[in-house]
Amino acid sequence: MSALAALFVREVRLAVRVGGGGGIGALFFLIVVVLTPFAIGPDLALLARIGPAILWLGALLASLLTLDRLLTADLEDGSLDLILMSDTPLELAVAAKAFAHWITTGLPLVVITPLLGLLLNLDAGASAAVALTLFAGTPALTFIGAIGAALSVTLRRGGLLLAVLVLPLTVPVLIFGVAASNAAIVGPVPFGTPFTILCALTLASLVVGTFAAAAALRQGME
Amino acid sequence: MPIVDLANPSRFLALTARLMPWLIGATVLAFAVGLVMVKGAPDDYQQGATVKIMFIHVPSAWLAMGIWALMAIATFGTLVWRHPLADVAAKAAAPIGAAFTALCLITGMLWGRPMWGTYWVWDARLTSVLVLFLMYLGVIALWRTVEDPSRAARAAAILTLVGALNLPIIKWSVDWWNTLHQPASVVRLAGPAIHPTILMPLLAMAVAFLLLMVTLHLAAMRNEILRRRVRTLMLMQAQAAPGSAS
Amino acid sequence: MAQVQLEGSGLTCVRGGREVFSGLNFAVGGGEALLVTGRNGAGKSSLLRMVAGLVRIAAGRMGLTGGDPERTIPEQAHYLGHQDALKPSLTVAENLEFWSRYLGGAGGAMPALAAVGLDSLAELPAAYLSAGQRRRLSVARLVAVRRPIWLLDEPTAALDRQAQERLSLLMREHLASGGLIVAATHGPVGLDNARELRLGAAA
Repeated sequence: MSALAALFVREVRLAVRVGGGGGIGALFFLIVVVLTPFAIGPDLALLARIGPAILWLGALLASLLTLDRLLTADLEDGSLDLILMSDTPLELAVAAKAFAHWITTGLPLVVITPLLGLLLNLDAGASAAVALTLFAGTPALTFIGAIGAALSVTLRRGGLLLAVLVLPLTVPVLIFGVAASNAAIVGPVPFGTPFTILCALTLASLVVGTFAAAAALRQGME
Repeated sequence: MPIVDLANPSRFLALTARLMPWLIGATVLAFAVGLVMVKGAPDDYQQGATVKIMFIHVPSAWLAMGIWALMAIATFGTLVWRHPLADVAAKAAAPIGAAFTALCLITGMLWGRPMWGTYWVWDARLTSVLVLFLMYLGVIALWRTVEDPSRAARAAAILTLVGALNLPIIKWSVDWWNTLHQPASVVRLAGPAIHPTILMPLLAMAVAFLLLMVTLHLAAMRNEILRRRVRTLMLMQAQAAPGSAS
Repeated sequence: MAQVQLEGSGLTCVRGGREVFSGLNFAVGGGEALLVTGRNGAGKSSLLRMVAGLVRIAAGRMGLTGGDPERTIPEQAHYLGHQDALKPSLTVAENLEFWSRYLGGAGGAMPALAAVGLDSLAELPAAYLSAGQRRRLSVARLVAVRRPIWLLDEPTAALDRQAQERLSLLMREHLASGGLIVAATHGPVGLDNARELRLGAAA
């Protein structure tokens, strides 16, 4: 357990120190949301209607953007070799890294969501609903993304390949995340139905993402 | 870092150390005078006392743009003359510019709330300021991402200059985009007709804000110089350690 | 510690569809050092990474006797590769403490830092270290966590004479305490009784 705590603390430290780029994802999220009205026009009624969708798409892209470094940095400096050799199970190491990654990049997205809700003419209740669904759903994005990060590391190809691999897998999370937000704002479906499914998807991806990413790393061993 | 480079910042530190108390005093005084004058200014017949938000909003907007101009000038110092203080000035200015831009946005939202019934409509002026805010955050992110100050300085210099060239184009595009979409019924954020009873307090507040900006900027520059000295000392310590040769 | 013995027989390594070496046999016991030599591309690094469990064994088998039966060979080995596994934004002490805790070390980081002569720089970010200092910091990992097998890939690269002597002192201490060393190297590493495994010549 102490080994995993050490790994978690190290990841958080790296993210918040100079060069870590902890806040970049949140900044990207903000920019995506600001750009949307330039494309579709500043119609407040329209923005309020599609606001949850914009926020979810922005959060999806922002959490994907930062995943590239989840394992690449450790591959480049040789840390990954030592993590693979360690008696700490690789699955737990991947989970600790992904959890630290979510704390430093996913959680800030949730925190700034109410602010971005103002820009999209969402009222306080709607913003809170979107923030709640993002809080429940972004861990799924991180852990599904971890699979892509592991695959792209073993293939020695980063960047866009990761997005192409991961984005189709995030479709269910996006569907139920936006559905739950809309259910809370306009109905007619009760909020609980899609939100429970969203939580189930997150819990499932915590397990599947962890094991699949670890398997991909082991498989990628030459 | 050669000794020659340290000489200039040293004189800067000594000079600003003597200047700083006076600047702080002047800032406090200017704010006191400005706020008294603002209190005496008449309320707007339509907007009531909310119009007084303008006395914070407008100086912040001026500084938001002015500080980018300051950064652009400082980057000339970095790129053309390679002056050791230029990129310190540019780096120290970015968070202050972002803070004043944020202040401008927040006061704009508070001002707009009673008029629009919501905190944010995509008003042309505020939207341009929001884009400016994003650009400030981008520059800050760049400074934070690159550890070596001189490399970061050149990259930030180019970004700042490109930004300075782009800002008028962005402003013009946003205005055009806004007139394309804006329904005529929405009230625009625009200062009321400038009347001397309003102009004088506004100018007083602008002076106070300017003094605040200068004080903060010099303090931030001092911090940055000291931070770089700490970095240099650490590098020297690593080099002086036994067996550092590679 | 019981006498350990690391043995490989009939080992074949295939990387990228190319057979690097085949039918390789070696044995190293506790207190012994095996220097793996050979031209570039002969598979020195591959052999080390194979022992570390980072390269798949295409054919043959590898076994460890006398070690901890509960743990695999990689879990009882230290691997010092070409990369230093250091994070520039963490301090020297933070870097070492992390690996010490992650790899299950008991003692603190400071004695290990002193052993490689970096104790005076403990609070400095690793970014400020020279290549040689970075190398020594990653050697400190081997001291901080006790493991019987040391796999060293070009351990003396980037080290000056003084640091090389310090490293060979640490290596001799490790051998004296019953550990074993497999080192890939071009030049001498300052061990008198080391045996040599020449790759490429036998094949």
